[in-house]
Amino acid sequence: MSSHSSREFSNPLVKWIEYRLPVFSFLDDSLGGNYPTPKNLNYWWNFGSLAGIVLGIMLVTGIVLAMHYTAHVDYAFDSVERIMRDVNYGWLIRYIHMNGASMFFIVVYIHMFRGLYYGSYQAPRELLWMIGVFILLAMMATAFMGYVLPWGQMSFWGATVITNLFSAIPWVGDAIVTLLWGGFSVDNPTLNRFFSLHYLMPFVIVGLVVVHIWALHVHKSNNPIGIDAKTDQDTIPFHPYYTVKDLYGLGVFMIFFMFFVFYAPNFFGEPDNYIEANPLVTPPHIVPEWYFLPYYAILRAFTGDFFLYAYTPLAWIMTAKLAGVLAMFASILLLLAMPWLDGSKVKSSKFRPLYAMFFWLFFLDCIILGVVGGKPAEGVWIYIGQASTTYYFAHLLVIVPLVSRLERPKAPPESISAAVTAKGQG
Amino acid sequence: MNTHMKTLVKTFALALVCGSLTLATGTANAAGGAPKPPKQEWSFNGMFGTFDRAAAQRGFQVYREVCAGCHSLRQIDFRHLAGIGYSEAQIKAFAKEAEVTDGPNDEGEMFTRSGIPADALPKPFANDKAAAAANSGKAPPDLSLMVKARLGGPDYLYALLTGYGAAPAGVDVPEGGNYNKYFPGHVIAMAPPLSDDGVEYQDGTKASVAQMAHDVTTFLAWTAEPELEARKSMGLKVLIFLIILTGLLFRVKKVIWKDVH
Amino acid sequence: MSDTANPAQGAEIDEKTRRDFLFTTTGAVGAVGAAIAAWPFIDQMNPAADTLALSSTEVDLAPIAEGQSITVVWRGKPVFIRHRTAAEIADAKEGDKQALPDPESDEARVKKPEWLVMVGVCTHLGCIPLGNKSGEAKGEFGGWFCPCHGSHYDTSGRIRKGPAPKNLPVPEYAFISDSRVKIG
Repeated sequence: MSSHSSREFSNPLVKWIEYRLPVFSFLDDSLGGNYPTPKNLNYWWNFGSLAGIVLGIMLVTGIVLAMHYTAHVDYAFDSVERIMRDVNYGWLIRYIHMNGASMFFIVVYIHMFRGLYYGSYQAPRELLWMIGVFILLAMMATAFMGYVLPWGQMSFWGATVITNLFSAIPWVGDAIVTLLWGGFSVDNPTLNRFFSLHYLMPFVIVGLVVVHIWALHVHKSNNPIGIDAKTDQDTIPFHPYYTVKDLYGLGVFMIFFMFFVFYAPNFFGEPDNYIEANPLVTPPHIVPEWYFLPYYAILRAFTGDFFLYAYTPLAWIMTAKLAGVLAMFASILLLLAMPWLDGSKVKSSKFRPLYAMFFWLFFLDCIILGVVGGKPAEGVWIYIGQASTTYYFAHLLVIVPLVSRLERPKAPPESISAAVTAKGQG
Repeated sequence: MNTHMKTLVKTFALALVCGSLTLATGTANAAGGAPKPPKQEWSFNGMFGTFDRAAAQRGFQVYREVCAGCHSLRQIDFRHLAGIGYSEAQIKAFAKEAEVTDGPNDEGEMFTRSGIPADALPKPFANDKAAAAANSGKAPPDLSLMVKARLGGPDYLYALLTGYGAAPAGVDVPEGGNYNKYFPGHVIAMAPPLSDDGVEYQDGTKASVAQMAHDVTTFLAWTAEPELEARKSMGLKVLIFLIILTGLLFRVKKVIWKDVH
Repeated sequence: MSDTANPAQGAEIDEKTRRDFLFTTTGAVGAVGAAIAAWPFIDQMNPAADTLALSSTEVDLAPIAEGQSITVVWRGKPVFIRHRTAAEIADAKEGDKQALPDPESDEARVKKPEWLVMVGVCTHLGCIPLGNKSGEAKGEFGGWFCPCHGSHYDTSGRIRKGPAPKNLPVPEYAFISDSRVKIG
């Protein structure tokens, strides 16, 4: 990273800048002809660059919206409507930002499932994976606070429910909630600080993404067969191959994204959020945005009569509410341990058919959790929620460690180039 | 079947599963045991939808003469009415009829004046508390966004307005309530607002309950989404452009990757 | 070396031109798309519809008696409207013959001589001159006086003495009836 490059640039201006600040060789080394990428990456590898682009779109649309938004309980809702009706192209920018949030999570969840399937979290990419989990957490905080800003019924009540969770923390819980609220309930001080933090967090995400890409560039990308590149035969330069493939993928994604923006802009949303917040009227069903539904299901699975907590020595401190909160955070934090939970010597599920089957079951379980999270917590849904929550943790804590260590994987090919040649002939 | 096809099939199957799950969870009953409102024909539905100007203007008349007594339309200024085809002169005339509180003047007092196009439509009550006090404790909600604020949107609104009737046997309707087939819980505080010929349409259309419900719903669909026509027409251009560009990028990708495959 | 000596070479050159055409076209289409996509983000900073709706103000002149002035707010700024007396009009015409720091005839500044409409912001550094309300100082030329740095304006709103460089600006306005003006 520090040595002067030996390559020569012909353009005198480029040479002048390069001598003082080696941006051009840096770009060449990280994106250009000098950055070797496995030649066998499939389209599931497009989602990283897509996530970065969506982050950029969210930043631009967000900063523009902030020029017109007023973060005060008496004006917030109307300021958003003013954006929709009176600001030139305001409706377009608002709908891009609103649907962009959903797109961001779709892209990131696919990106993560790719990582889980192909063992991208395994050595030497453990830190890369862990930074990714922190990016997800930062995204969730940002999205949560952003949803409060329009000050609709769901904004207000979602904020009330989630901030109230912190009261489950023993001893200091109530003090923490008061600190978060800046008052005795979600009100103007809360809205104001959420606006400030919502503007801040994306820049924290940018910083994390920079570190994420830096970590990636050390050992370069994983690939579908999970065997790292050994020779030049295994790789191709990032530019033009993957720049062009990423641009094509971006085109396909934009068609998907813009379809929602122009023809189904409220598909991912809740009608109740078009009603201005009323602290005295609770909506019949409080539902978070779809990307939070699985965690919401895990949170609500811990009802008073579920779980052994009642019989454990911790019963004096552990409440169902606290158990739910801890499980909800654990469901994400446990992902940090994936590199160690998965004990297989073979990375890619392509050669681990049993592990692959459990991957798909896990994926299905996450979908079911999402569906449960959107339902009222009554009747059969309670049992489905508890079963799928149990399965979620069973997968991470029991199935992955056991199957990864007990399954005899198929023999992976010798190298990437061997795999590509074999595929060409097959 | 080669691996490329297999992946494609798997991805498609995946999308199908996710899609059907999303739909399955959304369908069945609407909230509170009320049946799903039947689908209506709306001029603004579909990729090429527009607001039927005549219907929207009739709907505005219904709003003014029937609904405005209790329901505000806070997000609409008189000047916005150009969006449903009123001329500047007509808008000025509407505005002039309204009495608007302005001030304080140089003596520090609030005063009333006639409205101008930049003013908001007049509110029936000074504030929410006054609205609730005049309506047995529950303020009639603002209607600007009602079409977006209810599951089922315009279909629900139309069903609600035409869904009044006698309660079926065994259903108890408490004092002050009204039975409505499509309202969640079936008992709504609002008395049936529409009755045949309740409004005399300026264009001569017969003002049946169904007609008025259709027109006022069209009007309210416009108040909720005045950008709809611009959005859909821009959407068409954007999607066509993106499809062309993506097609070009696909060819470029194929050309560049030729020597690797 | 002849281009047509080797038909395979010819096909290769053909192929290369096709490639270049494809790349150029794609690049051009992409660039155009990016430019079109950028416009909404710039245009959103232009005045919004509600701001534009208040870009003009109508004023009823009937209540303003001869010798009286009112101040209205237009685009956030004060506008002086004065119903001038015959004496003031005569004074203004006298001023036409004087050497003015910002030469302008009285006729050029009014549509009807008895109605003077001008933006009440001193052209020096932006203070609001006195003289509109009865009892306020009117300065040496019977019009307006800016207390901040001593600019004197005459009965036509022209700068006569003091640091202000220009006459009080006359905004765009029109009589929509004998007793009603639309400013802006």
